[in-house]
Amino acid sequence: MSIWLDEHSRVVYQGLTGRAGRFHALRNRAYGTRVVAGTNPSKAGASVEGIPVFATVGAAVEATGADVSCVFVPAPYVRSAVVEAAEGGVTLVVVITEGVPAKDEAWLCAKLRRDHPEVRVIGPNCPGLISPGKANVGITAGDIALSGGPVGLVSRSGTLTYQALYELKQAGIGVTTCVGIGGDPVPGTSFTDCLAAFEEDPETAAVMMIGEIGGSAEEEAAAFVAEHMTKPAVAYIAGITAPPGKKMGHAGAIVSGGKGTAAAKIETLSAAGVRVGESPSEAGRHMVEVVAGL
Amino acid sequence: MDLLEYQGKQFFSRHGLPVSPGLVARGVPEAREIADRIGYPVVVKAQVHIGGRGKAGGIRLAGDAEEVATAADAILGMDIGGHTVGCVLIEEAAQIAVEYYASFTLDRSARRYLGMLSARGGVDIEAVAASDPSSIAKIWVDPVEGFEEADARTWVLAARLDETATDELVEVLLELYEAFVEGDADLVEINPLVLTPEGRVRVLDAKVTLDDNSVFRHPEYRAYDATQPRDEREASAHALGLQYVGLDGTVGVIANGAGLAMSTVDVVAQAGGAAANFLDIGGGADVETMAAALRVINNDPAVKAIFINIFGGIVQGEVVAQGILDALDRVELRAPIVLRLDGTNADQGRAMVAPRLSEMLMMAGSMSGGAARAVAIAGSR
Repeated sequence: MSIWLDEHSRVVYQGLTGRAGRFHALRNRAYGTRVVAGTNPSKAGASVEGIPVFATVGAAVEATGADVSCVFVPAPYVRSAVVEAAEGGVTLVVVITEGVPAKDEAWLCAKLRRDHPEVRVIGPNCPGLISPGKANVGITAGDIALSGGPVGLVSRSGTLTYQALYELKQAGIGVTTCVGIGGDPVPGTSFTDCLAAFEEDPETAAVMMIGEIGGSAEEEAAAFVAEHMTKPAVAYIAGITAPPGKKMGHAGAIVSGGKGTAAAKIETLSAAGVRVGESPSEAGRHMVEVVAGL
Repeated sequence: MDLLEYQGKQFFSRHGLPVSPGLVARGVPEAREIADRIGYPVVVKAQVHIGGRGKAGGIRLAGDAEEVATAADAILGMDIGGHTVGCVLIEEAAQIAVEYYASFTLDRSARRYLGMLSARGGVDIEAVAASDPSSIAKIWVDPVEGFEEADARTWVLAARLDETATDELVEVLLELYEAFVEGDADLVEINPLVLTPEGRVRVLDAKVTLDDNSVFRHPEYRAYDATQPRDEREASAHALGLQYVGLDGTVGVIANGAGLAMSTVDVVAQAGGAAANFLDIGGGADVETMAAALRVINNDPAVKAIFINIFGGIVQGEVVAQGILDALDRVELRAPIVLRLDGTNADQGRAMVAPRLSEMLMMAGSMSGGAARAVAIAGSR
């Protein structure tokens, strides 16, 4: 099994006719993902390499049975694109676009919480999610992930996700699902949401978390691990040496008012029984030991 | 981006908040002129991106033109916590009866807006939160439901502010919320928010952080870019569109993706060295970006070795390699490069670089191996 995405998922790409949307939709299809539709309000009836284009997500869902949307539209249009996807009937919306204002993200969270509680948003500003061997939605290079589990992976960073998948693959360890939740201040899906889903997933036997400075999502994840998780967890936190008050590339990666430091996160996670690696490689080695002991 | 006090007050003023009349001056004669127009007494306030101005002598009351000249002369050019004062705000001096605190920010874990209101303003709110948390009234606002007059009224009561000023305070809080939301601010903070002896409400200080991602809605925010605190290295990297943060070490770092760049800086420290910078060339970097990044790192006199750590996702190995080769042709390298290249098309990239390998360009097989090598080189030079 995997979480949220598998070989049956039918995916519509909002922004399919743009450069990035087209490139990654085709790459995802080549991986084996069931890419069933794209949308563009002014190009309904067109097709991209055999993928039909519809005016809206609602029309795409009606015609193709799509249940997942992947959003590549530019940042100013993300807010309306996600609402369109939720109203159109998909239950998972994966937003790759970066540069979305925090107010739009907070508003979207509230809007979906109230009007579409059944819809899950992943991102924005994320690499997407991949259930290796089944489906890949987003921009992760599919060949760096080994299929078959037993590890579930969740990460706030794109390239560090690749690094982690690569460390696991080199050690011969497979992944059930890898979720990139994104580095923005208000991600649609949190670490805790992913941990809860991995805890429920029978094929996931251990969990790897890649966090970074800023906010308190890692601390909340630690509390969840301590109270609710029976499966072992390994973590890596980036930004141990980051200076306070500086945004480290990601809008959400900032130590402010002494809060959100890597040291505090590592301490809280360790206290919750999570094995924390000092580098991505060390976290990989921890996971090798954990998997060997399963 | 962080606004200076006078920019924050202009921002508040546009949203209807009661700000005292004032203007910014960059020289002593200008300061006198402004003060003459406003009328005495005035306050002369250093404009810097750091707290603790009062203690450092950066805020002075002036009763006449002579005192304004003396104060402006003393404050302009002053160093406050490493920030040089380039301008002063000359503002009408307000009579203060009591000092309050009010702010809105985003509560990331609650995914709601957090408002904080306290009768204990004029002091560091973090200290108040630690010593007397019950004196801060907090509210969480749902971004879709919004913040209404009734919410503001309950909130003012909960904070135990002066009841005779409730109507005016409610109005100010509604305007503050509007500035926060419509203005796409990450933080709006008024400390202190004062009541005058006549019971009028005034914004005495303004701390505003705007969301960089919202500039497409507010093109006028681009003007604030010029006053962001950046050192020389950060300014030149910023001009080239690079995500760069200056640090104190000797190993120049280039990586793709914010997480990997942060991690690279950490791994350099674990190898016993220190990074000279954080530099993320981004997920979709091209040949030009890589060449620009190398130029910025190479211009930093502190850099003794350069560690390029790339894990190709969207960025492909041969693009990274071409960027490095282009830069080698155009720039005279002052420090050797250690290159770690994995991920999409890494083999092609390594093959392109192979003929040019030398004591100035070395390959590393792993991230930690590359960091150790770069640290060793930096230590030996």
